[in-house]
Amino acid sequence: MIRFVVSRVLQSLVALAILSVVVFVLARATGDPLQLILPMSATPEEYAEARHYLGLDRPYVEQYLSFVGRAVTGDFGNSLRARRPVIELIRERLPNSLRLAAFAMGISLSIAFPLGILAAVKKGTGLDRTAQVIAVLGQSLPTFWVAIVLVEVVAGRLQWLPAGGNQGFTSYVLPGFTLGWFVVAGMMRLLRSGMLEVLDSEYVKLARVKGVVEHRVVWMHALKNALIPVVTFAGIYFSILVTTAIVVETVFAWPGLGRLAYEGISSRDFPVIQAVVLTTAAIVAVVNLSVDCLYAVIDPRIRHAR
Amino acid sequence: MPAEPLADRALPLPDVAARPDPAARGRRLPVVSLGIITIFVLVAILAPLLSPGDPGEQSLRNRFKPPVWMEGGSSRHLLGTDRLGRDMLSRIVWGSRVSLTAGVVTVLLASAFGAAVGLVAGYHGGTVDAVLMRVTDATMSFPVILLALILAVTVGPSFTNVVVAIAVILWARYARVIRGQVLTLMGLDFIAQARIAGAGAWRIITRHLFPNTLNTLVVLVTLQIGYVIIVEASLSFLGAGIPPPTPAWGSMISEGREFVTSAWWVSGLPGLAILLVVLAFNLLGDWLRDTLDPKLRQL
Repeated sequence: MIRFVVSRVLQSLVALAILSVVVFVLARATGDPLQLILPMSATPEEYAEARHYLGLDRPYVEQYLSFVGRAVTGDFGNSLRARRPVIELIRERLPNSLRLAAFAMGISLSIAFPLGILAAVKKGTGLDRTAQVIAVLGQSLPTFWVAIVLVEVVAGRLQWLPAGGNQGFTSYVLPGFTLGWFVVAGMMRLLRSGMLEVLDSEYVKLARVKGVVEHRVVWMHALKNALIPVVTFAGIYFSILVTTAIVVETVFAWPGLGRLAYEGISSRDFPVIQAVVLTTAAIVAVVNLSVDCLYAVIDPRIRHAR
Repeated sequence: MPAEPLADRALPLPDVAARPDPAARGRRLPVVSLGIITIFVLVAILAPLLSPGDPGEQSLRNRFKPPVWMEGGSSRHLLGTDRLGRDMLSRIVWGSRVSLTAGVVTVLLASAFGAAVGLVAGYHGGTVDAVLMRVTDATMSFPVILLALILAVTVGPSFTNVVVAIAVILWARYARVIRGQVLTLMGLDFIAQARIAGAGAWRIITRHLFPNTLNTLVVLVTLQIGYVIIVEASLSFLGAGIPPPTPAWGSMISEGREFVTSAWWVSGLPGLAILLVVLAFNLLGDWLRDTLDPKLRQL
């Protein structure tokens, strides 16, 4: 088990290192940031001076190494636009994003679980079909469209909930629902197919023959094994959540990391872009790592497979 | 994807669990999905003939005309007009070209590259496999939209950038899945026999491994076209996709954003178009999966 964890940690670190190179190259490719910082009337000498001051005149390899060295300690430099340390911006925005993600995840779990299990248990009934429709719609509706409709109708016309920003609990409802909706679909279908397969297995039949009551069969014997594929995919769901969050946070003016990324990119603020992408990737890596470990705990076959 | 449980199915005896469930086997062809896809493909190809007018023609006097079935609608603009008086039907018809081409081209690029990586990694195993899979993992953890936004700022938003940005990330999914399948196939007798018969790596990969992963590829490709259409629309919506004045469904939704309550059709109808196409591809993909490859339930 320890060997498994160590090798997975190393793998994640390698993945992050590769990513940091990509991010560095891409961020440098977003054009000359000096054109945005310096006034229109700046002379070539002022350009040279600013370039030297920001370290942009050093070789790329050197710039990269010093970037990585400082990034590890949480120093991402200053935002070119906000003129504040990037880490401060991240610290401000990250908790908002995490809270929204947690809220969305809570919504999706509380819908996907009962629905997925019931759909499998009551296969072929109206409830099953309704659940399938919800799932297919969830995967086919563009998130941003759902977001706009909710903003305009629920927040705009009906004035039930705030349309944007973060002003207490009610602000979470619309973006959280929009974000969670997409995840519900995949998770529910996975759980349903997992349950169907497990409910058809020999040991569940044996449990039934033994006279175990139905709800125990479903909730104890079957669910435990049907959960395995869901857990494996939890990491992927999380990456989807992060990606979708950029769109959702932009539409709902949510002060989170996704919106920070959007702002950073539209103002070519590359220290911000680097920091956001790396933070996001690090979080995704940590989540994936924990998912893999959790997976190994639930399913002993994985532990011994490598 | 765990390789172990799949390996059990390589036993000579037919495995009950690997068989498609009876309900899926008897399922009829998804006529509705195929119909919707055919219609949209025809519309996209025949756009110059079918479009009732010029999608870019503005007429400020005819702003926000409702669709024909609503009060105040006219038969000159069957689906109404937008903020600049442009004909909605023409814009949706031309927009189908953008969405469908983006979906198909991106997925084909990604699947070709991803399948190649998966085949090579699975065939060679060892260090090659380890290196390729680490790169795959790193790619998978990169948010697609973020990359597309960066590209849009770097080189300016364009159709090519959208396709490249999505394909550059999407291939990893194919690599992962195909590699998992190849690992299972490598343990089977026919590969060993091919080797004994003197087949080289190229021959085994192209003649023996690749044909056996085709079913999976077809299923994944179909399921992902819908996803790519949504991502492309999201990017156009954020202003990082297809630049105006080219009509793209995503940017049309974005333009109609402020008028959802007063003129719902401006963003409602392109949204409906996306929903229909993506829904059709997803349902078709589901059907293909259940029919061709029931083991792939998790995709």
